[in-house]
Amino acid sequence: MKSAALPIPARLLTLAVLLGVALVLSVAVGAVPLAPGALLDTIAGRGDPVTRAIVLDLRLPRAALAALIGAGLAVAGAVFQALLRNPLAEPYILGVSGGAAVAAVVVLVAVGTAAPWAVPAAAFAGGVGAILLVFRIASSAGPVLDTRVLLLAGVVVGAFFNAIILLLLTFAQVETFRSAVFWMMGSLAGASWAAVAMLGVYLVPSLVLLLALARPLNLMALGEETALYLGTRVERVKWTAYLVASLLVAAGVAAAGIIGFVGLIVPHALRLIWGADHRFLLPGSALAGAAFLLLADTAARTVAAPVELHVGVVTALIGVPVFVVLLTRRPA
Amino acid sequence: MMYEVRAVSFRYPAAAADALDRVDVQVPTGSFYAVLGPNGCGKTTLLRLLLGALEPRDGVVRYEGRPVSDWSRREMARRVGVVAQVEPLVFPVSVRELVGMGRYPHLGSWRPEGPVDRAAVERAMEVCDVADLAARPVDTLSGGERQRARLARALAQEPDTLVLDEPTASLDVAHEMGIFELLRDLADRGVTVLIVTHNINVAARYADRLLLLDAGRAAAEGEPSAVFTTDTLQRVYRWPLAVAAHPGEGPDAGAPQVIPLRGGGTP
Repeated sequence: MKSAALPIPARLLTLAVLLGVALVLSVAVGAVPLAPGALLDTIAGRGDPVTRAIVLDLRLPRAALAALIGAGLAVAGAVFQALLRNPLAEPYILGVSGGAAVAAVVVLVAVGTAAPWAVPAAAFAGGVGAILLVFRIASSAGPVLDTRVLLLAGVVVGAFFNAIILLLLTFAQVETFRSAVFWMMGSLAGASWAAVAMLGVYLVPSLVLLLALARPLNLMALGEETALYLGTRVERVKWTAYLVASLLVAAGVAAAGIIGFVGLIVPHALRLIWGADHRFLLPGSALAGAAFLLLADTAARTVAAPVELHVGVVTALIGVPVFVVLLTRRPA
Repeated sequence: MMYEVRAVSFRYPAAAADALDRVDVQVPTGSFYAVLGPNGCGKTTLLRLLLGALEPRDGVVRYEGRPVSDWSRREMARRVGVVAQVEPLVFPVSVRELVGMGRYPHLGSWRPEGPVDRAAVERAMEVCDVADLAARPVDTLSGGERQRARLARALAQEPDTLVLDEPTASLDVAHEMGIFELLRDLADRGVTVLIVTHNINVAARYADRLLLLDAGRAAAEGEPSAVFTTDTLQRVYRWPLAVAAHPGEGPDAGAPQVIPLRGGGTP
C-alpha cells in the first residue's frame, strides 16, 4: 500500500519543502519580479528600499496570511470529513464559511473597524451557529442523519448567507468597508503584518489542539460506535473538533473572506497519495494547504496582471471539478 | 461472573414498547455465551447496554462486579474488545493500520507504538490469519477477510472479553465455521466470548450457554440442550420446526439442531 512506502516524518518533510518552494515563488513572482539574489539581499537587510518595501511590507505578509489561512482551511476540511465520514464535507460546502462571513460583516457594519479583534470572535460565533443550523435542518429531514442531506443543507444555507451579505453591504453604503465580492470570493489583497498576527493568535493553538485529536479522529472515521468501543470519549472529541475546526475557518474568513474548496482538494490529494492516517493527514494538510493557497494566490495575482483575481475564484475553478470527480467516483 | 445484568429495561425515545423488558443475564468468566432471537428482539440493544453505549432505564449492568457506567471508556476498552455490526469504511486504511487501532486504549493520543504494542498487533494478525494481508487496503478485502481483520483489531486490545454482533452475517460456510472455531479456541484459553448470531445451529454447537430473546424478554436461558426445545423455539420464531440430534461425530455428536419445516405461512 502507498501509505507504507514513506514514513510519516519523510512525508511531512516532502510537504515542508513544497511549502518552502511555494513561499519563495510567491514572494519572487509579481508585477515586479525579483531574482533570488535580490530576495536574499533583502532578507539579509541589504538591497534597495523599494525592493525592501515590496518584500517586507507587501509580499511577505501576504504570503504569511495565505499560508496560515490555507493551513487552517485544509485542516478544518480534513477534520469535518473524518467527523462526518464523508470526503465531500468542507467548510465552504457545509456553510461554516458563509456563517462566519455574515457575522463578520454584521460586526463591521454595526461597530466598524474600531474593534478588529472582535471580528474573528464574531466570525467564530457565526461559523458555529451555521454548523448548528445546518445540522438541525439535516436531522429534521429524516430519522437518521444523512450526510448527503447535510451537505445539501450546507450549500443552501451558504447561498442564503451570501444573500444576507449582499443585502447588508447594499444598505450599509460604506465605501470604507471591504466589498461584498471580497467576502464572497475571498482576497488576500488587504494583507498586513497586523492581520497575520491576529490570525496566528487564533490559528496556531487551534492547529495544535486538532493535532492532538489525530488518533481519536482515526477511530471516529470508523463510526462513532466502534470509536466508543475502542476507548474514545466520542462526544467530547466530536464537539472539540467541530468547535476548533470552526474557529480555524472563522479566523481565516475574518481575515480574507470566503475561500472555498481548499479543505476539499488538499486532504483528498494527500489521502490519494499517502493514505488516511490522521497523524499524517492533519499536519500534512496544514503544510500542503498552506502551499496550495500560496500558489493559488500567486496565480490570482499574476495570470491576468495587471488585473488581480479574487483567490476564491482560483480555488473554485480547481475545486468544483475535483468535487464533481469525487461525487461521481465515490458515493457519499 | 464477567457480565451480570439484573432486571434491565430499556426503551428507545419515541418507541411504543420497551426494547428490553426486565432481562437478567449472567455471563460466566471464560465462557462462550450466545444471544439468539428473531430480528428486532433486542439482541443488539442488549449488547449496547452491556458495553455502556446505552444507559438502562431500570436495572443494573455490571462488568467484573462494577457498574458499567463507572468504567472509563479507555479502561473498558482495555478489557473488552468489540466487533460491532456496522462499521463504515470511507477512507483508505490498511489492515495493519486497522489492527493497530486496537492499541489506542493502551496508548492514548500521544504515546507511539512500542515493542509490546507491535507484538500484540502481530500476534492478533497471526491468530486471525491476516498477517499476509497487513499491507492491503481494507476495502479490497473479501467479506471473510474483512471480518477477520476486525476481529484481529479487537484481539490487539488484549481483552479479557470479546463481544461480537453477528460477525458471520454475510459469510459462507467455511468462513463462518472458521470464525466460530477461532472464538471457541479463544474461549478455551480463558477469553470470555459473547456473541449475537442468527446461526442458531452453529451457536448450539460452540456456545456453553445460550440466551433466547423474544420481543425484549428472555424466553429461555441455559445450556443448548435446555434451550433448544421444539415448543420454545416454535413460539419464539413463530415458525414450525423440528429439533434433531446432530448426526456428525466428535464434538458435533448429538448436539441439538433446529430444522425449520415447510408450509408455515407468513410469520
